[in-house]
Amino acid sequence: MFRLEARTSTPAWFNLALPLLAIAVALVLCSGLIAVAGAGVIEAYGVMLSASLGDSYAITETLVRAAPMIFTGLAVAIAFRAKFWNIGAEGQLLAGAVASCAVGAIPMPGYLAMLLMALAGAAAGAVVALVPATLRVKFKVDDVVSSLLLNSVIYYALMALIEGPWKDTFSGYPLSPPIEDSANFPVLIEGTRLHLGVVVALIAAPLCWFLIARTTLGFRIRVTGENPEAARYGGINVQRVLLSTALLSGALAGLAGVGEVGGVHFQVMSDISPGYGYSGIVVAMLARLNPLGVVPAAIFLAAVMTGAEAMSRATGVPAFLSDVIQGTALLAMLVALLFTAYRIRRVGASA
Amino acid sequence: MSAPLIEMRGITKSFGAVKANETVDLSVAPGEILGLLGENGAGKTTLMNVLFGAYAPDAGEILVEGRPVAIHSSADALAAGIGMVHQHFHLAPRLTVLENLLIGIPGKSGRIDRSGGLARLKEIGRRHGLSLAPDLPVSALSVGEQQRLEIIKALFRGAKLLILDEPTAVLAPSEVDGLFAALRSMVGQGLGIIFISHKLNEVRALTHRCVVLRHGKVAGRVDHPASTTSAEMAKLMCGHEIAPPAKGASTPGASVLTLDGISTVGHGGTPLREVSLVVRAGEILGIAGVSGNGQRALADVISGMLPPKTGTMTIAGKAVAQFSPRELQALGLGRIPEDRMTTGLVTNLPLADSMVLPRIGTEAFSRKGLLDPAAIRAFAEEQIKAYDIRCPGPMARAGALSGGNLQKALLARELAFDPKVLIVSQPTRGLDIGAARFIHEKFLAMRAKGCGIIVIGEDLEELLMLSDRIAVMYEGCIAGTLSGADATVARLGLMMTGAEGHA
Ligand SMILES: Nc1ncnc2c1ncn2[C@@H]1O[C@H](COP(=O)(O)OP(=O)(O)O)[C@@H](O)[C@H]1O
Ligand SMILES: [Mg+2]
Repeated sequence: MFRLEARTSTPAWFNLALPLLAIAVALVLCSGLIAVAGAGVIEAYGVMLSASLGDSYAITETLVRAAPMIFTGLAVAIAFRAKFWNIGAEGQLLAGAVASCAVGAIPMPGYLAMLLMALAGAAAGAVVALVPATLRVKFKVDDVVSSLLLNSVIYYALMALIEGPWKDTFSGYPLSPPIEDSANFPVLIEGTRLHLGVVVALIAAPLCWFLIARTTLGFRIRVTGENPEAARYGGINVQRVLLSTALLSGALAGLAGVGEVGGVHFQVMSDISPGYGYSGIVVAMLARLNPLGVVPAAIFLAAVMTGAEAMSRATGVPAFLSDVIQGTALLAMLVALLFTAYRIRRVGASA
Repeated sequence: MSAPLIEMRGITKSFGAVKANETVDLSVAPGEILGLLGENGAGKTTLMNVLFGAYAPDAGEILVEGRPVAIHSSADALAAGIGMVHQHFHLAPRLTVLENLLIGIPGKSGRIDRSGGLARLKEIGRRHGLSLAPDLPVSALSVGEQQRLEIIKALFRGAKLLILDEPTAVLAPSEVDGLFAALRSMVGQGLGIIFISHKLNEVRALTHRCVVLRHGKVAGRVDHPASTTSAEMAKLMCGHEIAPPAKGASTPGASVLTLDGISTVGHGGTPLREVSLVVRAGEILGIAGVSGNGQRALADVISGMLPPKTGTMTIAGKAVAQFSPRELQALGLGRIPEDRMTTGLVTNLPLADSMVLPRIGTEAFSRKGLLDPAAIRAFAEEQIKAYDIRCPGPMARAGALSGGNLQKALLARELAFDPKVLIVSQPTRGLDIGAARFIHEKFLAMRAKGCGIIVIGEDLEELLMLSDRIAVMYEGCIAGTLSGADATVARLGLMMTGAEGHA
């Protein structure tokens, strides 16, 4: 017989082992689906691996996909540290995309345009995130529900915009006007799509780590998340910390949208994000809310996404498998987190 | 004597290098209350968890009514007639009293046997004077009532032996009497009880026999607790004599804390009504009273958790404007909260974080919004050494520390900044004698240095020992103040019921 026993402490290597375990479990479970779809498991995963990380071009494509998930992953990780349950990174990303697209369409010198796009996108994301945070602080509205529902509000507002005032009058397609060419983010390696925003995302992760681990705001965020009552007793303005966290989190999610507009699509359309905001939750959980862990976690999910498309072309397994792997990995991680608090003991074999 | 109800023989249990229990023998007869004594960390809870099936012992055996039994789980323990009320309750807060009783009890064909449960609940209420309204949700119960529910739960499942792990640590003195009456009624009907406590006067009043643990081993047995002195038992627990702390004469100086006409509203508990008091430098003011008479509000106002509706407060002559924790700290107030785990510390973060929490924004631990990790660590290490806080180190989770060590950590974090006034609530609740003595000595040392201390407590003997003056709270007012020389348990007790007022 086995039993769960409470742990008094968690070994440090768990931070690495648990996500790897969760990923392994997800891949094993999903191999069943691949087999059902009639493909060879080794072959399918092999195609995924080589298409996402097999050569330098594939790696750049994976990084381009990882960038928005690094931003949304950071947004979620920081919010969850304060126990501000921001499920709204998707809406904040879309708001950031719209705002940066509007700014990018104004003619002005390129670098100024990029800077203002980033500022506008971050501000838009921050404002959106402020809504659930304010509702929670002022009226005790559940932030999970309000931030989640706000995603639909923002999405349909975006649709109304591109079906209405922004609609392309020539073609009649629901697409926003493109941003100025000079506002397109510079490509770093000729012949790839690796743009400046990817580098910014890679730099943002250690900055966020520094913020959480080494600043008084980060300290207040951690303490507020773990025990708001002790925080208040210790002189921390808990409401202000929650609002600051929301602003920060929303701004990061907004930057995800900025990168997609400035570096990948150069305009706004209905499917500008294939759920990067939601993937950010998976990324943050796999990273155990550590900003540095967000980078490898986002790259993993990006590799699954790019790889799944190639696999689907090569073997006929639907590309939806990538969503299944993502969801399974999240579930496996949530189960694995149990082991940080408990250990399994064998009991009753003797006696 | 007939066969004991239960007997533990040679129980040994280690956690890694720590031998929590080493060849412990004990037995309980029907109709007997056995006291299990020992300092924090002596191994009492571990021993009882072995008996209740939560841990498998490394060696030793358990006999129930003379027959060896294998207990691998709480279900096995319950089947053998052993029930346990843990230090931390195991109740489902959203379910009702009756639903909590019926959890895990198979009903007929998958349905819950509500009427049968109600009948049993009534019967237990009649036999032992333990009644509770069956349809009240647990979240609406007081701590004392939740404990009663845990006891009823054990009896409901047919326990013949009841283990109570420090049941009085969470109770007000008035509730303790009710508990003791119920326990006496149970043993009167042939049940056996194991009663764990630090409080020697309780043990002497209640138990028939005692086993004293020290460092996991049986340090001694007491056959007649009622006729054994507390000092003798304390010596068995600690291994050495415990002298009462020397309290020198004090010459109170200027007033360091004044409250003038403070009234509060809202906030759940009893509000304050026109409370005025003064604490002078080098003086300890005790606040006595039956719990729930406004002590909570008083502590919250003084420590900056509850701004008053009317009235003024000064610290060291300066008027308090915002009643925020930060302002009060800056004026020289030190604060130790009543609830260490929920208000004082952040159990999931490193101990060092909790130790610097109230002053994280000051020069001592940060500059321009950037933390100074070296300073934080050095501060924590220094205090751990100075206060002999037993822990793996400053980066260990605060929640892994025992109550006495947590209290030392909270004391260290305040006293390191030389407060002019210190407010503490229930300073030694749940602590063993050694730790409590340490805390008392620190208070007296601060008093000698000219700090004004206000101690809110329910333990009258502690208040009498520490205080220069004692104020009694009744229904949100100060019912009267006695000098330390005039105060006796009897007089305070009378004032606490609102019967006698004194200026
Ligand atoms: N689950 C556990 N893991 C590791 N050590 C433990 C555990 N439970 C108790 N201990 C250690 O065993 C010793 C006895 O603890 P405990 O039985 O809780 O003492 P008491 O109840 O007398 O205060 C202590 O040193 C404690 O730190
Ligand atoms: Mg214990």
